Amino acid sequence: MRFDSEYFNLGYLDTLSYKDTFIHRLDPRTKLLVTLIFIIFVVSNSKYEITKLIPFLIYPVFLLTSGNIPLRAVLKKILIISPFLIFIGIFNPIFDKRTIYMIIGIPISQGWISLFSIILKFILTVSSAILLIAVTSFPGICEALEKMKVPKILVIQLLFLYRYLFVLLEESLKIVRAREARSFGKRGKDIKTFTKILSVLLIRSLERAERIYQAMLSRGFKGEIHLLRKHSIGFNDIVFAASFLTIFYILKVYNIVNIFGEELKSIFF
Amino acid sequence: MSHHILEIKDLYFTYPDGTNALSGVSLKIFHGESVGITGANGMGKTTLLLNIGGHLLPTKGEISIGDITLSKKTRQDIRKKVGFVFQRTDDQLFMPSVYEDVAFGPINIGLSPDKVEERVKLSLEMVGCLHLINRPPHRLSEGQKRAVAIATVIAMNPDILIMDEPASNLDPRSRRQLINLLKGFEHTKIIASHDLDLILDVCERCIIIKDGKIVADGYTPNILSDKRLLEENSLELPLSIQGAYSHI
Amino acid sequence: MHMADALLSPAVGGTMWALTAGTILYSARKLKDKIDDKMIPLMGVLGAFIFAGQMINFTIPGTGSSGHIGGGMLLAILLGPYPAFLVISSVLIIQALFFADGGLLALGANIWNLGFYPCFIGYPLIFKKIIKGRFTNKGVMYASILSVVISLQLGALSVVFETKLSGITELPLSTFLLLMQPIHLAIGIIEGFITGAIVLYVRKLRPDLVENLEGIKTLPSGVSIKNVLISMAIIALITGGILSWFASTHPDGLEWSIEKIYGKPEVPEHPSPITEGLKTLQEKTAILPDYSIPSTSKEESETSSWPQVKPDTSLSGFLGSIMVLLLIFLFGFCIKIIRKSKTKHEI
Repeated sequence: MRFDSEYFNLGYLDTLSYKDTFIHRLDPRTKLLVTLIFIIFVVSNSKYEITKLIPFLIYPVFLLTSGNIPLRAVLKKILIISPFLIFIGIFNPIFDKRTIYMIIGIPISQGWISLFSIILKFILTVSSAILLIAVTSFPGICEALEKMKVPKILVIQLLFLYRYLFVLLEESLKIVRAREARSFGKRGKDIKTFTKILSVLLIRSLERAERIYQAMLSRGFKGEIHLLRKHSIGFNDIVFAASFLTIFYILKVYNIVNIFGEELKSIFF
Repeated sequence: MSHHILEIKDLYFTYPDGTNALSGVSLKIFHGESVGITGANGMGKTTLLLNIGGHLLPTKGEISIGDITLSKKTRQDIRKKVGFVFQRTDDQLFMPSVYEDVAFGPINIGLSPDKVEERVKLSLEMVGCLHLINRPPHRLSEGQKRAVAIATVIAMNPDILIMDEPASNLDPRSRRQLINLLKGFEHTKIIASHDLDLILDVCERCIIIKDGKIVADGYTPNILSDKRLLEENSLELPLSIQGAYSHI
Repeated sequence: MHMADALLSPAVGGTMWALTAGTILYSARKLKDKIDDKMIPLMGVLGAFIFAGQMINFTIPGTGSSGHIGGGMLLAILLGPYPAFLVISSVLIIQALFFADGGLLALGANIWNLGFYPCFIGYPLIFKKIIKGRFTNKGVMYASILSVVISLQLGALSVVFETKLSGITELPLSTFLLLMQPIHLAIGIIEGFITGAIVLYVRKLRPDLVENLEGIKTLPSGVSIKNVLISMAIIALITGGILSWFASTHPDGLEWSIEKIYGKPEVPEHPSPITEGLKTLQEKTAILPDYSIPSTSKEESETSSWPQVKPDTSLSGFLGSIMVLLLIFLFGFCIKIIRKSKTKHEI
């Protein structure tokens, strides 16, 4: 059931984000910015680019290995390639038929190239997004956002959502399972039942919000929420950012794959 | 140390939908007393607590803590004196980390960051959860949440500690730890609970509420060994007493 | 209908981000003084509610496949436009980070597509106007369905244009529209129905919880949606222009539109030191110098120039790729070893 797997996935990434490694200890701002710049570099490659994209894998690989993140955390997400993406991308080979490559005598059309490029870009951007959260706790990201002048009300909203997400997921799990137990065969997935489930969940959520508010009042809440700032930019952050930004730039300007390829060719052929 | 008296005079409370939850409650609680409030469900225990804590305002009657009488204007002041531990821990721990949850109260009082840190560490130490200081609340067990919730409240140095069903959902070991913790607190305590053995263990005074009125108020071992009284209120003898009377 | 980074060009992605960021800032400002303390826990919990609600599937009648709600309109009805927009943003932000739904670049577009239309168009301009403060069964259902349908149509339309303007897909515009709009019409009707039903049901069961809740009461009087839309349009044009200029080293999306305008695959030359330098850079680093984007019509693809198939390039590309992958793998392995030895030392 999709619900179960996504719920556990959420918890899994969340757990990973509290590890203690070099990369986990970096200031969240650094990781956020470098990842965003990474994504922009990746996406700005042309639609037919493949070889230039491959070296970009170095960034997700670094995050994965230095953060001690198990490969399956990322793999699962990548393998379930967004249906929308395939749906849109599959039209490329259909409409774009000019042959551009010959690999072992088989002509490959541009359309396939662009589809493959899309898939590569997808792998790079998705893995880096997942790894970002895996090596930076969510409150860490919120801290970065607040320092970067994102409106405080949105940051607080993110933290509260995150806090009660697990609570609400458990609650909805209970309701859903109760329904399943009572709707033999149909599994309670029809719209009428669904509406009832959500209505009950909504009512419980509204009641919960009320109780939380009372708890806040009981501890002197007057409208201001004060967040703790745990991180600061250090030497490691600067080294990390400078190194990778330089790498990204080099990869953008020079086609490393081709350079190596030419060298290998001249050596062996 | 002044003697903070909680005094309730003829308290009535009616909910907006017309339910009469409290019909004339009067009582006095003295500094350092440990009072258990029990009774069948829906009889008014939680409502009484919410009134004392200033979350609900009396429909009729008067509540005063020390020399402050509860009113719309004095609500906030009353809340500073009362540490309320709610029934559901998830509602009480709403910040991203334990530290920030426990610091919430002290910061709102206006303490300096150093003092806040001091209070936080002290409170967590008192409930035995100092090692959890950087954890996010959704990664705590129920027992840990309960302890931390208590810490969030005692960090404000309240005069009175109010707890609504503190032992619900706790496994036996956590429950035992909670009982020991409460026994060690010197605050005035008001605890609403079905867990009669807990009340027997922690509170020397016990009050039974029925239909919004107090029907019994006295020394706990006396009240809780009165089988007929208990049964009239949909309660049973505490398990620890039942053992002694098991031949009946 | 989540957009994905891989389908988005930086120019389009950046523009959508600018629009979304602007709307977020605007909403936050609007709420700053007006906000009821209670809103903070309320927004948080309702955000979690929508998140959880999106994860529960239901069977779409007639098709047997499962669907889930977006929830934007429901939030707008419960909270009002500004808080609802922030809540939707927060839900999508978390989904982008934890589920990598779409991606971080596309996040701006996603928040816009799924949040702007229900909050600022569907709710104030359609739902509220139909309801006029009276919550009758028929009125609510009708208003819900209509406002959700329109919001979703606008959202789907946006996705189409964002994708096409990015120039990454070959899908012809007409086909794309034909695929997106009808599906979202159906989804809109269903979600509109569900939204209306939930609103009615909760109002009936627990009027005490919702009586102060209607978005109506939180919408500050005198807000001009028109002004909001006009400012957004201006931001979009300016940002889009600036970003397209910056992106001119790889003007893929731009080439597509330029081609449409000029009828030629290349920009008419206006040499300047900057463009000359960039052009040299591009030529040096391009693997396919002078490739042209095939247009969507047959005749143009026949007349555009085309490089010869180069087996040499393919081989070096192939060899180089293997080599780089091996190096990266080695790199990762070294990092692992370094990390392990460091932890050993610390013990």
